[in-house]
Amino acid sequence: MTELLVGTKKGLFVLDGEPGAEKPFDVAARAFPGNEVEFAIRDTRSGRYFASVTSGHYGPRVMYTTDPGGEWEQTTGLAFPEGDDWSLERIWSIRPGEADGLLYAGVAPAALFSSMDGGLTWELNRALWDQPTRSSWQPGAGGLCLHSIATWPGDPQRLAIGISAVGVWLSDDAGESWRHGNAGLVPRYIPEDSQGDTIDLCVHNMHRAPLRPERLFMQFHGGVYRSDDAGETWNPIAEGLPSDFGFPMVVDPGDPDSAFVIPLVADTDRVTTEGRVRVFGTRDAGTSWTSLSAGLPQDEAYLTILRQAFDHEGEGQGMGLYFGATSGDVFGSGDAGASWFAVRERLAPVNSVRVA
Amino acid sequence: MATVKLRAPLKDLAGGNREITIDGTSVGQVLRELEHQHPKITGWVLDEQGRVRRHVNVFVDGERVKEDAPVEPDATLHVLPSISGGGR
Repeated sequence: MTELLVGTKKGLFVLDGEPGAEKPFDVAARAFPGNEVEFAIRDTRSGRYFASVTSGHYGPRVMYTTDPGGEWEQTTGLAFPEGDDWSLERIWSIRPGEADGLLYAGVAPAALFSSMDGGLTWELNRALWDQPTRSSWQPGAGGLCLHSIATWPGDPQRLAIGISAVGVWLSDDAGESWRHGNAGLVPRYIPEDSQGDTIDLCVHNMHRAPLRPERLFMQFHGGVYRSDDAGETWNPIAEGLPSDFGFPMVVDPGDPDSAFVIPLVADTDRVTTEGRVRVFGTRDAGTSWTSLSAGLPQDEAYLTILRQAFDHEGEGQGMGLYFGATSGDVFGSGDAGASWFAVRERLAPVNSVRVA
Repeated sequence: MATVKLRAPLKDLAGGNREITIDGTSVGQVLRELEHQHPKITGWVLDEQGRVRRHVNVFVDGERVKEDAPVEPDATLHVLPSISGGGR
């Protein structure tokens, strides 16, 4: 049985089903109707479910429960310091850390929060918050958001984070200090003579290869990149893709040469390329890409798949892949993308998909 | 004491109370005290800077006001979602 947490513009959907059973997953629960759920995960260490919920009236917060069909409680501490004139807009990502009870949350406007008690209370990372360049940070189209948090397996000291549009930040001391990790990124949306020293770098997604943690893959705002030195420098790997623009990204945790993306046409036309819904995968670290589309809509299908709406289950050739679109459709694969099935149709516009 | 009138979901966060009497001489002060008495409501009406959220309306004796408006001892405050905030 696979359980999916699908965050949508109209609440959280909990879907249960068997990959490859050729029948839609069941809607086991719907939580937070009328509210936007930006992201939801289950921390397998504690069994707690977390949902980032944004009320159109009452603002954003993270809720938690051990039963997603039951009562949810509020976490506390996700707020900016009084007097700084900032207020929390959205919680983009929640990720377990590499120490007992440690979790991270990435938010907009760009900031990192951490929790040491399993996600019940949160504290602002001051070192990133107090960066002297903060006043010049530029938002991407989705806001000034910290969306990618790449931990280092077994080492809570080492972190890489991605911010739209302030590039990659690296820490070797558990977030006590931060430095840029942007060498090699080419922001084509900035005049060439200004590209060299800009920090206006629109990272769309970033993931670490757990078995080779110095390797990271990135979907950029125009470009797909790989780093083999823990995010210090980046090399383009988009050749062979129909477009180098997009948002979602997954890596196979059992194969450090793997990455999966879902290209969109361009920043001016954020739909699947050529009217075909296709996942592209590499098993050679980006040297070549293979279209994985069997079972996906291929006829005049103009879907938008958002940043957090793509996830995996397991690893290798039997890895599950799941993604959702703003059309409300969710698709899945039980064989690492070789074939696809409709997990569920006509939900609300999908913001995020995570395997519980 | 001012009377604060709440509807769901704020009512539920305030222990199911539709009406709560609270001391305070400004809207911000009354709402902060509301948070103090009912911590679950913290962040829902006021943001972390003490401002009434953009899509929340606060009425004092029938007049829509912001956090710095004065509150008379016998005033009635209504805290309501605005029409504009439901578009998400």
